[in-house]
Amino acid sequence: MAELTLVEAVNDALHTELARDDDVMVLGEDVGRAGGVFRATAGLLDRFGPDRCVDTPLAEAGLLGGAVGLCMAGWRPVVEMQYDAFSYPSLNQLITHVGRYRWRTGGRMQFPLTIRMPYGGGVRAPELHDDSPEAYYVHTPGIKVAIPSTPADAKGLLASAIRDPDPVVVLEPKLVYRTSRGEVPEGEHVVPLGEARIAREGSDVTLVAYGAMVAVCEQAADALDVSCEIVDIRSLRPLDERAILASVAKTGRVVIVHEAPRTAGFGAELAALIAERAIFDLQGPVLRVTGYDVPYPYWTIEDAYMPSVERVVAAVNSLT
Amino acid sequence: MATDTRSDVRFGGLAGADLLELHRRMVLLRTYDERSVIYHRQGRIGTYAIFWNHEAIQAGATFALGADDWIFPSYRESAIGLVRGLPAQTILQWWRGHPSGWWNPADWNVASISVPIASHVPHAAGLAWGKKLRGENGVAMAFFGDGATSEGEFHEGVNLAAVMNAPAVFICNNNHWAISTPLEAQTRAETLADKAVGYGIPGVTVDGLDVLAVYGAAREAVERARAGGGPTLIECVHYRAAPHATADDPSAYIDLARVEEERANECLGRFERLLLDAGVLTEERAEAARKDAEDLMRAGIAAAEAEPPADPELVFTNAYVDPPENFRNG
Repeated sequence: MAELTLVEAVNDALHTELARDDDVMVLGEDVGRAGGVFRATAGLLDRFGPDRCVDTPLAEAGLLGGAVGLCMAGWRPVVEMQYDAFSYPSLNQLITHVGRYRWRTGGRMQFPLTIRMPYGGGVRAPELHDDSPEAYYVHTPGIKVAIPSTPADAKGLLASAIRDPDPVVVLEPKLVYRTSRGEVPEGEHVVPLGEARIAREGSDVTLVAYGAMVAVCEQAADALDVSCEIVDIRSLRPLDERAILASVAKTGRVVIVHEAPRTAGFGAELAALIAERAIFDLQGPVLRVTGYDVPYPYWTIEDAYMPSVERVVAAVNSLT
Repeated sequence: MATDTRSDVRFGGLAGADLLELHRRMVLLRTYDERSVIYHRQGRIGTYAIFWNHEAIQAGATFALGADDWIFPSYRESAIGLVRGLPAQTILQWWRGHPSGWWNPADWNVASISVPIASHVPHAAGLAWGKKLRGENGVAMAFFGDGATSEGEFHEGVNLAAVMNAPAVFICNNNHWAISTPLEAQTRAETLADKAVGYGIPGVTVDGLDVLAVYGAAREAVERARAGGGPTLIECVHYRAAPHATADDPSAYIDLARVEEERANECLGRFERLLLDAGVLTEERAEAARKDAEDLMRAGIAAAEAEPPADPELVFTNAYVDPPENFRNG
């Protein structure tokens, strides 16, 4: 086991998977010479050469569309979008092609590509370096979406994504890229998509979260007298419905936390799931603590937007 | 019949048998298109994007390709796979909205028909680049219209191919109209081929109704791509002489006199006259090519209509290799 930060674990996964499979290649803006603006791709160019770690033109739709063509030529491309919001120009490719091309070929051609990007706020960055775009991705059929919250999961989920036969988007919570270290298995390490992690066991309230909000939930749980169970869902699609429903059956109370805007955010999907499948387990309303329906704010006032420990604590207190 | 045609005549570097094959392919595409408009009116296929008088571009450009090379069609080139032997039945089913209308691109080296404009241009760039990285042969040829050159993904795709020195050929079908939007509302560039300058690649303009001119430009581009010289942009100029699609009435916006001029100069008749005058083609042979194509279409539509309706289970098939458990919840 090595003690790595989350972004170091991403780098470890890329090194491991490129070494394991000659068809895997990394492409994106500044991923080669610079090793990525967050250093997630550091060392790949030197180790695997310019054909397998490629600095591309600054054009996200061309980058993702190019990766579709690379799949057709037999590659397993791992595309880095430099920041969450920088991926928006590529949504046309994602929606019109990446999520549909296999279906369009009657299931006869595979598109095993991975899109990974740092996402989320709280890092005192300029506009459009702070977004949480997971709902756009998870709403797109044909796409799978994973979001790690720990270094070990960052490595294992990315490895799963790269090996998966379908297109997978991995959103990496940049707020916790370097805030803590965690034990990460050396060598090959795979965390299956579709399995939630019980980050903390508890009996009174279930906190459902992913990415950087898992740590916020842990701090809230520490501050509370009631016993909180924290479900880190890790994978938005496929979704581990059983783990969520089992926890709700145990506690009867739920608070869902995400930093994306509230309306039609993934929390609404989770709340609907619980309403449909666990209504008789509930002892109170399903609550959400989320970002607001506004553009992500200027960074001097971003703390007023981000779900805070206090807001999570208040939500739990209103249920108990 | 073959004995009465001349095989020693050469046009555009092509000898008798090649010229006849090129003619056959144009006839095939023309027949596909004309029959499809009728099938649409008979309610046998859905809305259909007409490519009448685009046959010189489609047959001419692809005639420069080898079997390892890939074709990336837009919907205007929906039937271009016919030149590779892709069954008419399959393409007709595509227009009939039947799942059997989808094929495996790797079986024909023909990518799926791209409906969104220009977004397949980066795919061609990626495939060409990816083949080159693997040390494999293969040129990618993408087709798109004049309107597509206004799209960001045209730019991003051609630029990517240029930067990666990918063996790609970009064929712009400049028929002067994007549905009702004329070329001058699309660009201020004097020619669309001029856009190549910005990518540092060769750009050429050819008469889109002259199949030999299209072939010649494509052959040069394919040879350059194969030799490591990178991509080329070829603009094939003509004037759309048919509606955009079966649902379109161009009389509201198009220059009808110009359309008449264009129809009088249509590409298949022009090529046929050249071949007939030179003794390469005979009337009998031309008639036989038409009859073969008509037979192929009759058999194709009959086979398509004889297929059982699609199994609704196919709604859930093929979106994923390994689907999420809950994806059938509705």
